[in-house]
Amino acid sequence: MATAPLVEKPPAPVAEPPAAHPKKGILSYWRLYAAISPFYLLFLAFGLIPVGFSLYLSFHRWDGLGSMEYAGLSQYRYLLSDTDFWSSIGNTLIIWALATFPMIFLAMITAVMLNSAVRFKNVYRFAYFLPNVTSVVAVAIIFGSVFSTNFGLVNALLQAVGLDQIAWLNTPWGIKVAIATLMTWQWTGYNAIIFLAGLQTIPGELYEAARMDGAGPVQTFFRITLPLMRPVLLFVLVISTVTGLQSFSEPQVLLQSTANESTFSGGPDHAGRTMVLYFFQQTFDNNDFGYGAAVAWGIFLVVVIFSIVNWRLVQRRGED
Amino acid sequence: MAVTTQTEPAPTEPPRTEPAKGTRIRGTQRRGIALHVSLLFGVLLSAFPFYWAVIMSTHTSTEIFSYPPKLLPGSHFGDNLSKLFDSIDFFGSMFNSLLVAVSVTFLVLFFDSLAAFVFAKFSFPGRRTLFAMMMAIFMVPAQLAAIPQFVIMAKLGWIGSMTSLIVPAAANAFGIFWMRQYMKSAIHDELLDASKIDGASFLRQYWHVALPVVRPGLAFLGIFTFMGQWNDYAWPLIALTNPDNVTLQVALSQLNGVHGTTDYGMVMTGAVLALIPLLIVFAIGAKQIIADLGKGAIR
Repeated sequence: MATAPLVEKPPAPVAEPPAAHPKKGILSYWRLYAAISPFYLLFLAFGLIPVGFSLYLSFHRWDGLGSMEYAGLSQYRYLLSDTDFWSSIGNTLIIWALATFPMIFLAMITAVMLNSAVRFKNVYRFAYFLPNVTSVVAVAIIFGSVFSTNFGLVNALLQAVGLDQIAWLNTPWGIKVAIATLMTWQWTGYNAIIFLAGLQTIPGELYEAARMDGAGPVQTFFRITLPLMRPVLLFVLVISTVTGLQSFSEPQVLLQSTANESTFSGGPDHAGRTMVLYFFQQTFDNNDFGYGAAVAWGIFLVVVIFSIVNWRLVQRRGED
Repeated sequence: MAVTTQTEPAPTEPPRTEPAKGTRIRGTQRRGIALHVSLLFGVLLSAFPFYWAVIMSTHTSTEIFSYPPKLLPGSHFGDNLSKLFDSIDFFGSMFNSLLVAVSVTFLVLFFDSLAAFVFAKFSFPGRRTLFAMMMAIFMVPAQLAAIPQFVIMAKLGWIGSMTSLIVPAAANAFGIFWMRQYMKSAIHDELLDASKIDGASFLRQYWHVALPVVRPGLAFLGIFTFMGQWNDYAWPLIALTNPDNVTLQVALSQLNGVHGTTDYGMVMTGAVLALIPLLIVFAIGAKQIIADLGKGAIR
């Protein structure tokens, strides 16, 4: 799904109700197996076999047409020394950070405000969620024009206050800021609504007690709201890490009109070439399926490591 | 006169409390106004790109390129529209998008809720393992499977057709997990037992007992699936190799193609039109989505 799936907690152990007919053979459950089989069949054909095959592929050289040639670990060795891959990791992390921190900050403020607003709550929630509903392609096209050098709105604003124009989509930092702005715009309201759901579970008596103790709004926020919101914050951070590190459509659409060689090149100097964009470029532009598979596993590793780091940072030691 | 009334002790009592009460009310009122002003500012930021796109769709490219930027509607929407229809097969690609989004949504709703029903309400050998396996699948990023998926599709001869988009998306782990959670709490065991005593078959239980109860959960999943499919871009971009037979998102991105020749007025018209079906679906299901959205985070 383009919109972030609501990844839930890791599976809680399922309490096994006592089997109704313990003596029956496995065949008597055929209806149940049949009911769950579509998912597993699809997963087998388009998930498990492909993932296994991509591991196999990453040890081979293959252009997608000819015969495969065993390459051992050489593609992974090349991946480690591939400066283009490392720079794509750098690009991805910078864009992720530029988008995520303002996004979480703004979403938190918005959620606190929404929580104390009595009227029009649903109207606001509707309006704030709207950016998340839209297609990345349409939005990237729109943002491309907002950040355009000659007639873009951002530059018109800069000019109006007497500043110089910035060639947003033609400078390495401009590209990253433009992509990050798009992502922030798209996800702030979504996260604000998730934060709001968390805020609403905090009992009002806690705030009442804090007020009696003479705590101001800032103190209350840092002493009560933020600590109690940690699980929700963790959820938002993990989701934004997993989706943010796999960003593809935003840079691809935003930069394809300024791309110097291919639609996957990530704009001038490859400054907007994220990891997934690099994967696409290697695989489908260069027809290097074997190396593309190795890149995919590299991306997978980066996402896993980065998610764990994030998790550790937010989850205090000693807590579960 | 005024001076004397103020000096009189008795009437001063109420006025003294009155202003105090008044300022407090005014204070909260002022805070309330400040709150709504900031919230409205946020709404403005959320909505502005939409407004800007609509405005641009009514101007020619030359007008868009002029300074200061146009902030009011122009009169060239019709021209842009006809140029758009000349440049891409707009309705054809929209039909493709609808075909994919609608069929995937119905398949997902059926397969996911059926599997979820089994996982939520029945026990059978291997249930734990199968469920844990499904949750693990959740974590595997899409691009890991992208190359072999492409190869498999090519072998099946599905590349270039909508089948390559519909079939792999027809059931998913997220939906099964979501519906299972929903069914666990919404469908009471007594209800199922009663229907079993009445001799209801498995499918009857699913169709007549389970589904009616979980309609809100289905609505959420359905709308989310539709929006996700409508907006999907990466996979259709690879799988639909024939530029004349693509989904709307891919067609739109083709418009945005070559540097310098982009006709922004026309491109914006396309972008705006592509959002309309989505906004309709969202408007229908907004209540459901917004109500259910936070559940995953706080459960």
